[in-house]
Amino acid sequence: MNIPYTVEERPDTGLYNAKLGVWLFLASEVMLFGGLFSAYIFLRFGAPAGAFHEWGQELNVPLATFNTMILITSSVTMVMSWASLKLNDFKKFKLYMGVTLLCALVFLFIKYLEYTAKFDHHIYPSTNTFYAIYFTLTGLHGLHIIGGMAVLFYLWLPGNKMWNSDPEQFTNRIEIVGLYWHFVDLVWIFLFPILYLL
Amino acid sequence: MSNDHNHHEESFFRKYIWSTDHKIIGIQYGFTALFFLLVGFSLMMVMRWQLAYPETRIPFVGSIFGDDGILLPEIYNSLGAMHGTIMIFLGIVPLAVGAFGNYLVPLQIGAPDMAFPKLNAASYWSYLVGGLVMMSSFFTEEGAARSGWTSYPPLADIEVGQTIWLIGMIFLITSSLLGSMNIITTIVQLRAPGLTWMRLPFFVWAQLVTSFLLVLAFPPLEAAAVLQLMDRVVGTSFFLPSGLVVSGELMEVSGGGSPLLWQHLFWFLAHPEVYVLILPAMGIVSEVIANNSRKPLWGYNSLVFATIFLGFMSFIVWAHHMFLTGMGTAMSAFFQTTTMIISIPSVIILSALFISLWGASIRFNTPMLFALAFLPMFGIGGLTGLPLGLAAADIYLHDTYYVIGHFHYVVAPGTIFGLFAGIYYWYPKITGRKMNESLGKLHFWPSLLFMNGIFMPMFIQGLAGVSRRLWDGGLEYAHASGVFHWNEFMSISAWLLGLAQIPFILNVFYSIFRGEKVDNNPWESTTLEWSAPSPPLPHVNFETLPTVYRDPYEYSLPGRNRDFTPQSEPKKNK
Repeated sequence: MNIPYTVEERPDTGLYNAKLGVWLFLASEVMLFGGLFSAYIFLRFGAPAGAFHEWGQELNVPLATFNTMILITSSVTMVMSWASLKLNDFKKFKLYMGVTLLCALVFLFIKYLEYTAKFDHHIYPSTNTFYAIYFTLTGLHGLHIIGGMAVLFYLWLPGNKMWNSDPEQFTNRIEIVGLYWHFVDLVWIFLFPILYLL
Repeated sequence: MSNDHNHHEESFFRKYIWSTDHKIIGIQYGFTALFFLLVGFSLMMVMRWQLAYPETRIPFVGSIFGDDGILLPEIYNSLGAMHGTIMIFLGIVPLAVGAFGNYLVPLQIGAPDMAFPKLNAASYWSYLVGGLVMMSSFFTEEGAARSGWTSYPPLADIEVGQTIWLIGMIFLITSSLLGSMNIITTIVQLRAPGLTWMRLPFFVWAQLVTSFLLVLAFPPLEAAAVLQLMDRVVGTSFFLPSGLVVSGELMEVSGGGSPLLWQHLFWFLAHPEVYVLILPAMGIVSEVIANNSRKPLWGYNSLVFATIFLGFMSFIVWAHHMFLTGMGTAMSAFFQTTTMIISIPSVIILSALFISLWGASIRFNTPMLFALAFLPMFGIGGLTGLPLGLAAADIYLHDTYYVIGHFHYVVAPGTIFGLFAGIYYWYPKITGRKMNESLGKLHFWPSLLFMNGIFMPMFIQGLAGVSRRLWDGGLEYAHASGVFHWNEFMSISAWLLGLAQIPFILNVFYSIFRGEKVDNNPWESTTLEWSAPSPPLPHVNFETLPTVYRDPYEYSLPGRNRDFTPQSEPKKNK
């Protein structure tokens, strides 16, 4: 006997299991980053007036703006790849998924440039509380990007055989990883202003 | 396990070790958690020697702690920190949510398995790794964490052993998150046809709310653990203020952080955690009481809504653990108000369970004895909490033995008795045999007596002002001299409580082979799990998936030819 509603929606809830599962996971992620954001607020209020702003001047705003664009683009292509599957266009799916992965790589590369620039100027997490929370937040966000890339890559190449055996479940998987990807994007949308602009 | 009808054979390894069957995983969780409960309790039995007879040689096990067999203060601190950690994160939560939730939720809602069986296995293995990491810290050169289970900085940022503790916690948090997401999805998605929300057994409601608390409260602790790890490994100062002086010397830290930040993040988890500990036990006790009082649970709707309200409120009471930190009177006023409000749903639940007993012809079997004992024991624990929730009274009582007595009444004779009730009650479902009643009573009565023998004097000591976490139990303090002699009484009670668990351990193993064989529904219960075979079929549970036609507790309804009507029994045409 199979577990019901793994692929099709349960009529009274309108969800298949994994979709509810991923929303719960995202809820826990909101609380994880929420905890860190409250730490940011706590530390900012605890620091001398204006210190957080001043310490943040070292950050490279143009690069981060570019990175924001990149991540938003990757979110768009993520939706396009899912939509392509819904439209039965597997080739387009592979194209858009490839672009999404490429964007993620570019994002990480720019992040790497930013990090090394900081280290070159002898700025480390232990420099002050601003850089402590900066490296923690962006580092954890980067880990989320890497984790997401691993799943995207799996579904892009080795895992795409499922399209032939069970296209509906494969499309669901893309939808779910897409939800996660948008969330990671959204976290960055919050990180960017509080770290770089405020 | 003979009910293997037309199911493809799995290898022993696949079936019992690397299993994805919720029942096997539940049993794995159960045995591991019971083992850890015993370990955590053993640590305390050692500590109680030092408290009763300070600085004398510990009998039997003294040689582990050095040549003269005396428990050193730093080891005492380690044992204390690990006692709390093990009991809460490795013992009770895995037993209440991992074992009972896993085993029973799919059965009670008529599902073939959990919604995500592989995730379920991952949750267990993550728990086991976390547990082993925690245990391994005893064998490192530095020793285990010694900053209390609350791990307050600055101490926890600079004291040895804490890094391994944090790594272990991250595994345990991951495990709890995976498990609780799975339980919520299972309850929402896999309910049998006809099993509407208000027909769910109360145990399922308790598990649902518990799981929501875990999903939403654990991640902030994970965040805090990451920050503390950064402090210890990378040299940040999230929790270290500038100008920190330790042992008269100025610490070299980058500074600017706040120890209070940890306390906020920690208690944001750890207060909901209290309800994670108590709600599953309330769920179990409700099932046992409804069944053995042969009456519908009184006020089912108010129980459900009180539980949901309790869940919401538990997120806005955390700072009542922090009245002494100087966070300000406005904050204290807010949090003491919410704390008083949250006692209302707890009282509703307890009252409903008491009223359920009114006018019932009660069957006093072992599960029912434990369930009945839960009520006054949890009552004492809850009521003694009220003075702690009021900022003014808490200033005196904070960090005294009164606090220890209070939360142990909630968790030890409260939650653990509830869990024992559950083990005795559902054992026939798991094995097809009942546990031995005489051994059960030999377990219950001494346990009840000695639990009170341990924890009641703590109120006396606490009211006299004796602080917790004292290596010598207060010997050095004049204000403790009048109540110090209670230590010996409490310690002897603790060791006798240890002896009282022997009949239970024997019973669990003896009854697997020699217990009285019973049919699928030995307690004549109404809920769905009893319509499955005992033990339920591997991977599918039920011969045919049930349909639900009734409320959960149709006991002793007039005009029926039996005093119970299972939920899966169709209604006759009117």
